[in-house]
Amino acid sequence: MPEIFEYEWNTPAYKGKTALPTGLYIDGKWVEGSSQSTIDVINPTNGKVITKIAEGTAKDVDLAVQAAHKAFETTWGLNAPGSERGRLLYKLADLIEQHTEEFAAIEALDNGKAFNWAKMADVGLSLGIWRYYAGWADKVQGDTIETSADKLNYTRHEPIGACGLIVPWNFPLLIASWKIAPALATGCTVILKPSEFTPLTALLLAKLTAEAGFPAGVFNVVNGYGHVVGQALSEHPTLEKIGFTGSTLVGRKLMEASAKSNLKKLSLELGGKSPNIIFDDADLDAAVQWANHGIFFNHGQVCAAGSRIFVHAKIYDEFLKKFTEKTKELKVGDPFAPDTFQGPQVSEVQFNRVMGYIEAGKAAGATLHLGGHRIGNEGYFIAPTIFTDTTPDMQIVREEIFGPVAAIIKFEDDDDIVAKANDSVYGLAAAVFSKDIKRALTTAHKLRAGTVWVNCYNNLAPNVPFGGFKQSGFGRDLGAHALENYTSVKAVQVNLA
Amino acid sequence: MAQPVEISIAAASRKVTVPTGLFINNEFVPSVDSNELIQCINPATEEVICSVVAGSVADIDRAVAAARAAYNTTWGKNVGPLERARLLHRLADLMERDRDTLAELESLNNGKPVRVARDFDIGDSIGCLRYYAGWADKITGQTIEVDNKTKLAFTRHDPIGVCGQIIPWNYPINMWAWKVAPALACGCTIVMKPSEITPLTALKLSELIVEAGFPPGVVNTVPSLGSVGGAALAAHPDVDKVAFTGSTVTGRKIMEAAAKSNLKKASPERALLAILEQVSLELGGKSPHIVFASADLEQAANWAALGILYNTGQDCTAGSRLFVQDTVYDKFISILVSKAKEIVVGNGFDEKTSGGPVVSKMQYDKVWSYIESGKQEGAKVILGGQKRAGKGFFVDPTIFTDVRPDMKIVRDEIFGPVLAVAKFSTEEEAVKLANDTSYGLGAGLHSKDADQCMRVSSALEAGTVWVNQYNLLYNNVPFGGKKQSGIGRELGSYALEEYTSVKAVHWNFGEKLDWPF
Repeated sequence: MPEIFEYEWNTPAYKGKTALPTGLYIDGKWVEGSSQSTIDVINPTNGKVITKIAEGTAKDVDLAVQAAHKAFETTWGLNAPGSERGRLLYKLADLIEQHTEEFAAIEALDNGKAFNWAKMADVGLSLGIWRYYAGWADKVQGDTIETSADKLNYTRHEPIGACGLIVPWNFPLLIASWKIAPALATGCTVILKPSEFTPLTALLLAKLTAEAGFPAGVFNVVNGYGHVVGQALSEHPTLEKIGFTGSTLVGRKLMEASAKSNLKKLSLELGGKSPNIIFDDADLDAAVQWANHGIFFNHGQVCAAGSRIFVHAKIYDEFLKKFTEKTKELKVGDPFAPDTFQGPQVSEVQFNRVMGYIEAGKAAGATLHLGGHRIGNEGYFIAPTIFTDTTPDMQIVREEIFGPVAAIIKFEDDDDIVAKANDSVYGLAAAVFSKDIKRALTTAHKLRAGTVWVNCYNNLAPNVPFGGFKQSGFGRDLGAHALENYTSVKAVQVNLA
Repeated sequence: MAQPVEISIAAASRKVTVPTGLFINNEFVPSVDSNELIQCINPATEEVICSVVAGSVADIDRAVAAARAAYNTTWGKNVGPLERARLLHRLADLMERDRDTLAELESLNNGKPVRVARDFDIGDSIGCLRYYAGWADKITGQTIEVDNKTKLAFTRHDPIGVCGQIIPWNYPINMWAWKVAPALACGCTIVMKPSEITPLTALKLSELIVEAGFPPGVVNTVPSLGSVGGAALAAHPDVDKVAFTGSTVTGRKIMEAAAKSNLKKASPERALLAILEQVSLELGGKSPHIVFASADLEQAANWAALGILYNTGQDCTAGSRLFVQDTVYDKFISILVSKAKEIVVGNGFDEKTSGGPVVSKMQYDKVWSYIESGKQEGAKVILGGQKRAGKGFFVDPTIFTDVRPDMKIVRDEIFGPVLAVAKFSTEEEAVKLANDTSYGLGAGLHSKDADQCMRVSSALEAGTVWVNQYNLLYNNVPFGGKKQSGIGRELGSYALEEYTSVKAVHWNFGEKLDWPF
């Protein structure tokens, strides 16, 4: 029987406790991994081990896939009517809500993000998403289509079946919710692979699915490394779908593996290097606030982060001054201090990566305008960093850093700015700040990105779709479109002649 | 008056408090200008349960004003979809909590069996509230390409506004839910006029509206005589939409009143420009039920019996005209009669009961007059047709055979457990007989021949066609009538169209208009 991880918080922001099973969750049971090995879960504020969790292997993946297949054929899929699936999803949402602070505390402990942000953003938005998709469960409709009087044609939007959902460490609960909720709503069953860096909230979620009454095998969790568990899912011969959020690099590997195995369907939400264009007629103070949030929120660990901030020459100096002042006000520190904005980066690997980019920026001749250093001697804290005087070919301008590093870029030419903004292999998000509606909308319509924010940044809603153009991926999360990721259209053509 | 009364439900050893005032702005209040009361009768015992305030025309005005104020301030476009969804779910939770009490109150006032009210009427109503709660944040419009460089065109599905909702007495709670759920999900506010025969559960549910947290004025409940409150709503110049379920006769009056209402307000020259009140009507039926020779006769008999006996035949889709193919006629009829005999008609608080009394003296007299007319016009009674002695408006299952298409019992909606049965030879004949009605609400057919099922279901002129079943509805499948059975659809995503109004926005951000043109 796997161990229970117990933890108690006695902090300014939160006092409470948790008791989490640390095993794999397969077919409604908590089990040890078949290899009996474990993974250390590290606290990024100090580099120390929080707990160990069971490590999954390819064998465990196969067991989970079989359990998910079986549940799909018997107790789930279309055997459970939409109204029943919806009812369980609403029940789960209510349970998550009851455990809001516990989820936020575990997320802050595991990922390093501020407790108050985890509560408001991660858990808050997750709840809306669970309820949104619970409402879709009995509304997955097809069409009847007229051709001739002696034919009856109709479509069914059938659930694909068992789905492997591989989610990242930047918003562990939130992005898992994005994927699991529509999958279950449509009737699919799920094998979730959380990031090995942030496995804990998924364990609480699994516990609550049992409490809500989901039949065994409908929701499974196999923790483990990407190159073991993720790879096993991608190569699995009978798994027909993977939903993934993570790096473009891994996205490619999944596509390759799919091509080499059974052509399993993929939806990929990948990286970004999103441009934020501030025109000279923007509301300057508002633009500063949004742009600052756009790059520094979640420690810059956001796929849609506005990491290339283009500022019109006329307002550049003033923008930079205000942006810098705002950045200096950001409180970096203990996730459980009540006014913390930014905690540590999620892991040593990420810390080194971001510091590496900072060094590369300096070496390439960009001006390090602010920050650029580690904070403290413990954990993975990096000071919010601003580079100026960059050129388009620099690594820090082309590549996704995934840290609190902003590149602020001056521009003069209105006609040219769209080309500059679009000059990226990525196309996840973009933003435009301008009070002129014509300028704002014509620019928005020309930007090659899956989300374009106008006079705001990072706004998300459960019912508005989100996803990438170009190498930022394909498929959409959120909104009605996400249902397409988990359904296959069957046309039934009946001859009445 | 307007004080709550305590009602003793002896059979359940329970006391229930029922508000008796008009529910306006989240409060129960007396009439503004009238002392009239509505007496609520228990149809199983013919005793008075209690009296409630009868709303006047002035009360309707007050309720409409409250609904309009709420629409402009705390509801309508001022409340987000997540909040509307949350409140509807909360209301569903409260109905679930109070399920037993509501079922008993429903049975007391309407007569239907308690267990049916609890499991079906209320169960389906809770499902309906949750179904539409799920739609609240999914009401999307379109963005439409016109000229990418200069224009953005899009639609918004706005809430239609203040809705007058007039519901019948046959499924008081269920019809309440069918109307309230989509209207609130879309952002509309409501003035609900429950039937004067069965106002009690609508008043009790109004308490739950307050407890759930809906702002004052979002839902208002005004029990009133149809000719007073219903007519006032239909003619009201500040009601954007009237939704009505009831008889075709009343439906016509509502349409007339709606068509005339704004024209009365506007000056004659502008009459043609006035916006007409939107109307959706779910009216009567004389639904045909066809049994073909290939049908599973045992099952078909179950469904056919259900079709005319469920809710004591007081169902707008009651399968009240049964057509049986000649080669299986005798066999089928004998099975059907034995099925009908198994149904216990009695007091709703008795667990054995499957059917209660009809709802009122007026309905009782009406149904019996049809039974008499059937006998007089020469139809043959093979079951029932005899009045009971004693108290209660009980009508036992009655089956007529050897009917002709011109008989009143074949043409008119009886709204009781009275079935008219005829024979047919060919499929063409069955379809012709089935469609020979001005109504078009429901229809059913039983056949194992798949092609026949498709042909006949296509040919039947009805808003709902049941194949190898009858009566069963789901919250996500639309329901409504063709021909004189009504306009518009309830349930499913289609109901949203009844409570939204499409606005097209044409936004110019690049075109300069040359002048003179």
